[in-house]
Amino acid sequence: MTVRATLLTLGLAFNVAALAQHAGGGALPMEPANTDVSDLAALQRGAKYFVNYCFGCHSAQYVRYNRLGADLGLTDAQLVENIMFTGERPFDMMTNAMTDEDAAAWFGIAPPDLSLIARSRGTDYLYNFLRGFYQDDTALSGANNLWLENTAMPHVLWELQGVRRAVFVDRDVDGVVVPTFEHFEPVIPGTLSEAEYDGFVRDIVTFLDYIGEPMQLERRALGVRVIGFLLVFLLIAYMLKREIWKDVD
Amino acid sequence: MAPIRSGLMHHLGRNLTALTTWIDARFPMTKLLKEHITEYYAAKNFNFWYGFGVLATVVLAIQIVSGILLTMNYKPSAEDAFASVEYIMRDVNWGWLIRYLHSTGGSALFIVVYLHMFRAMLYGSYKKPRELIWLVGMAIYFCLMAEGFFGYLLPWGNMSYWGAQVIVSLFGAVPVVGEGLAELIRGDFYISDITLNRFFAFHVIAVPLVLLLLVVVHIMALHEVGSNNPDGIEIKEHKDADGKPLDGVAFHPYHTSKDLVIILVFAIAFSAVLFFAPELGGYFLEHANFEPANMLQTPEHIAPLWYFTPFYAILRAVPDKLLGVILMGLAVMLPIFLPWLDRCKVKSIRYRGWVYKLALGIFVTSFLVLGYLGLQPVSDTYTLVARVFTFTYFAFFVLMPFYTSWEKPKPVPERVTN
Repeated sequence: MTVRATLLTLGLAFNVAALAQHAGGGALPMEPANTDVSDLAALQRGAKYFVNYCFGCHSAQYVRYNRLGADLGLTDAQLVENIMFTGERPFDMMTNAMTDEDAAAWFGIAPPDLSLIARSRGTDYLYNFLRGFYQDDTALSGANNLWLENTAMPHVLWELQGVRRAVFVDRDVDGVVVPTFEHFEPVIPGTLSEAEYDGFVRDIVTFLDYIGEPMQLERRALGVRVIGFLLVFLLIAYMLKREIWKDVD
Repeated sequence: MAPIRSGLMHHLGRNLTALTTWIDARFPMTKLLKEHITEYYAAKNFNFWYGFGVLATVVLAIQIVSGILLTMNYKPSAEDAFASVEYIMRDVNWGWLIRYLHSTGGSALFIVVYLHMFRAMLYGSYKKPRELIWLVGMAIYFCLMAEGFFGYLLPWGNMSYWGAQVIVSLFGAVPVVGEGLAELIRGDFYISDITLNRFFAFHVIAVPLVLLLLVVVHIMALHEVGSNNPDGIEIKEHKDADGKPLDGVAFHPYHTSKDLVIILVFAIAFSAVLFFAPELGGYFLEHANFEPANMLQTPEHIAPLWYFTPFYAILRAVPDKLLGVILMGLAVMLPIFLPWLDRCKVKSIRYRGWVYKLALGIFVTSFLVLGYLGLQPVSDTYTLVARVFTFTYFAFFVLMPFYTSWEKPKPVPERVTN
């Protein structure tokens, strides 16, 4: 590595975080996603929304269809009817047909795989991101996002949420005028009410949370049993220790 | 029924005795068992600080067993590594448990080792005649740091990648040979498949071999001179007619039964993290590491895992890169010299003067504050605070020969207290 590259690496390490704080959105309060991965109905709805609205561009390459079916209580027939549309076999992974090259040509950047997105970004971020789109005629897709400025992602859910305009007001931050988000104004109404849309997004985020760590419910359930066993073992071990040590003054 | 069973036991017992005699004539089995377990005497007044040695051994065992199981499905190649970890998490039976055991174990090992080292500083365990135990212990600590560093690249997440990039580039700061040295470590001009392969080799075989040998030496040296205790006095100076220390009890069954309780308490805390918060809010498994390595995109904020952050904060606090690397290296190395920097004859903090208590308090505060700062993004205030605590961290060691000569210790008891 050249000296310049080395300095660049270190410089990036030290400065990227500082830059990120100045980028738009950082100061906005996030609303909690309040997802519940043990809610089977929400997971089933989320899976359906995911394959209908997200899966065309985003893969979930580490997720296997029949594992999904088993965890969500769906039979192979239900899987074929509701989740698998293009002749996949139950043991296939949830990859899609879009190549990275095509994606980069169409969007400027390949849409990320979503298998682990809930673990890398957090459910709150995803919930707010999917609710943060607004009309922006300067953007390639016609939409911008409060939480990821100049995102390449179009507002895929616009028919459901409707089209909104974001109102920014200029605020003085340390002597610099910064446009700050104030509120949304409806342009075209959506087919869902605001509460219905929030519920829709919450279902998708619940599903993303689940595919990020499919064994998380099993993990917690096993944890309760393991710790229960250890507590009983601890009691017995403590009594044994007391018995052995009773002669020591 | 009864006569038959006792007859069987009698036969078994007689055969076992014969087998023991046969082995003992060829290998010192009984002798070793006595020396290290049934007739190894350690003070009866151990407090909970004395549990961290056995806990370090337990966690090391967890790491070795879970590590071996992980290698059965992990693929050390830039193409497959990330996906193979997800394969372990999703498709391998109990794979998630094995992986979380290893990731939680990595952090747990550093927690117990840091507390184990702190115990030595509380009770003067590094002082004569235990200097060599301390030196071997420091070598073990350096091996663990190497394990942590090499192992962190293996999941091939984006933080793995950039963390390794930053740390390896530090070697580039060495004058003249720096660039060549960094290339030698990477085996390439950037962190690549080749780097991943050699880090895998170091992580799973080279370092563990040295580590295990050092652990054996550490324990043998300990059993040769005997364990210290919270009073910092030598129990071998008061023996009974049979030559057994009056204030000691046999390792087995006394300390083994006590250690079992300690191990179970630890296991409960360990399980709480493993089963209910394996990422521990991003401190044990960093969020950015759930994205595959991407050499074109740095994570928002690069920080090493928490156990390296006190030293990382020192590196960042120094304006000059080379000087920063030197000070960071010194900060890691300085504890080696504790047995000779500490001039006080009294071992235990119970009988030492206020000067050492104050100094140790400042040292612990510095270490914790630096550890916190190393996790945070840089700001002017934080850099200033990091400089102040870098100064106090070094002052603790550099001024030690002076303040430990001045301190007025209290009288030390002849026999251990409870």
